[in-house]
Amino acid sequence: MSTLETRIRQARSKQDILLMTHIVIGYPSFAASLEIVDAMVAAGVDLMEMQIPFSEPMADGPVILAANQKALAAGSTVERCLEFATTVTRKHSIPFLCMSYYNLLLRAGVAGFVDRMQAAGLAGAIVPDLPPEEAGEYLPAMARAGLDPIFIFSPSTPDERLRHIAASARGFVYCVARKGVTGLHTTFSAELDAYLARCRTATKLPLALGFGVQDAADVNFLRGKVDIAVVGSATLRLIDDRGVAAVGAFVRGLR
Amino acid sequence: MTSPLSPDQPRGYYGKFGGAYLPEILVATFRELETAFAAAQADPAFWREYETLMGEYSCRPTPLTFAENLTRDFGGARIFVKREDLNHTGAHKANNVMGQGLLVRRMGKKRVIAETGAGQHGVATATMAAKFGFECTIYMGEVDVERQRPNVFWMERLGARVVPVKDGSRTLKDAINEAFRDWAANMDSTHYVLGTACGPHPFPTMVTYFQSIIGQELRKQVVERTGRLPRRIYACVGGGSNALGVFSAFLDDTAVELVGVEAGGRGLPTHRHAARLASQDASIGVAQGYRTYFLQNSDGQMLETHSVAAGLDYIGVSPILAHLRDTGRVRFESATDAEVVAALALAVRREGLIPALESAHAFAQACKEAPGLPPDDVIVINQSGRGDKDIFTVADAFGDPAWEDFIRRKAASYERKP
Ligand SMILES: Cc1ncc(COP(=O)(O)O)c(C=O)c1O
Repeated sequence: MSTLETRIRQARSKQDILLMTHIVIGYPSFAASLEIVDAMVAAGVDLMEMQIPFSEPMADGPVILAANQKALAAGSTVERCLEFATTVTRKHSIPFLCMSYYNLLLRAGVAGFVDRMQAAGLAGAIVPDLPPEEAGEYLPAMARAGLDPIFIFSPSTPDERLRHIAASARGFVYCVARKGVTGLHTTFSAELDAYLARCRTATKLPLALGFGVQDAADVNFLRGKVDIAVVGSATLRLIDDRGVAAVGAFVRGLR
Repeated sequence: MTSPLSPDQPRGYYGKFGGAYLPEILVATFRELETAFAAAQADPAFWREYETLMGEYSCRPTPLTFAENLTRDFGGARIFVKREDLNHTGAHKANNVMGQGLLVRRMGKKRVIAETGAGQHGVATATMAAKFGFECTIYMGEVDVERQRPNVFWMERLGARVVPVKDGSRTLKDAINEAFRDWAANMDSTHYVLGTACGPHPFPTMVTYFQSIIGQELRKQVVERTGRLPRRIYACVGGGSNALGVFSAFLDDTAVELVGVEAGGRGLPTHRHAARLASQDASIGVAQGYRTYFLQNSDGQMLETHSVAAGLDYIGVSPILAHLRDTGRVRFESATDAEVVAALALAVRREGLIPALESAHAFAQACKEAPGLPPDDVIVINQSGRGDKDIFTVADAFGDPAWEDFIRRKAASYERKP
């Protein structure tokens, strides 16, 4: 069992659902990103994914897409993002994950990038455009560095492929709740149960569920169904509408 | 018929290029498409149905025109022009679109989406949707909507919904990202008609398959007319579909030199261009679901590209062409905006041909090389499209005062309306 998985299981023994939140590093600014992380950790989130912005984030919807592009326009670079990661992992004890698209890894050299993630104190990575079939360079590098590759299940994934993906997954599996990209609303309904049952059969790893989780009612619905609720675009939208100061209360109100 | 250019490696790879780097939600849809495409290739009736459709709806086979005056002017190789501009909707884009339309019908889907840069692929897709009775949405960068209003007008008349994309550089690449986002949400009802030989597997193979009709015809025509194979074939390269289409029938004829011409924009030294394979500025990357050479910075962020021809103004290039460059089978050159406008003027004035600005890149390179070849040699320019769509851009490039005056008066006449 990986360190990340162990930590998730320990946290789960005290909470019936864990919270993972998402930020785009450097959006709306590096200083604000740090404030946001501090506020989220203080509000009790159990783990965080920090996105290194990419110019072509094909799996992201309008909210995260705009944040990626504004962060890049404001001068966010891979180097600065990894420095930021180093700062927050030293400051806070919860596990932090890197989220980004494969090109940033490839361009820097996959093994080198993975080593830099490790040096930055990250626990794992989510690379949404890297299916296991294409991960021949990434997986051994992650294993060597002791970082967990977080893979994704979707409702359209057939059972056999769920098992195939699970074979490469470590830490936990990220289940997307529905079709489409991030940031749109999800109507949580009983249909989800059948999908999550398929996910449970395919892997023994903890399950996270994301895409469209935006309030306490959604998180509550997921209690007992998954281990981790992922809140992504909702906090970005909150920051856009009401500023960084609103983050703490919002996150505390989720669970 | 099977594709003349099938991947030589597993998972849709041509050498080290291609693949399918997909968000998990789209994987099943790509598998479905791969299966449908394989079944269509295995069915001899499918290619016949395609050829019949293209004959009855889109003027195929397109003619091969001898450019007699240009040949005389340059005093070198005999210059022939393959007339893809005579396709319905005015470009080779129709080949790919009608082919995918037949496939969509086989798959039983009812809605198509597409990206478009110049608007040619959007108009072709909207036309196909009108003919086949599909619902149609076209994604187009906001900048391109501004530059190519006439095409937007026709897409809307054809019944398509045109969505201006306001993200990123607001051009072709952003329209592609947006089309993928739509597809990820609507794949049960919808097919994404990708417009060029790029994107995740099986698109490069499939688009090349449909475009290979150009090369098949050309090979027959050129042998009939001249008794020989061409010495060189020139095609412009945006994503690479017209080039791969025309090159596909000559890959094994090593004596036939294949020349791809990219957008040199303001000139390679200015870095304001879209030359991925002809410049030293591009590097291998993965974006928009496939691995190829991209114009990107040292972090892996995509750069802004530039070309007078919207259809060549793109960050990536077909993985098949990337491979054919690495193997040395295709030579890549670039033509600057200024060279392209000059070549266009020459083709219009001397041959009465009106190539699209994209196609004029191929003319520009052929004009540079023709004088150095002996008169026995035959060279072919693939005229991928017609230039009527470029009237605003070309009029600006030529600086025509009477045209400007006309536009001013036209604009004023709208202002007077309540
Ligand atoms: C007339 C014409 N030629 C060429 C292209 C470039 O595409 P490709 O390289 O796929 O042929 C376009 C694209 O819009 C076009 O409209």
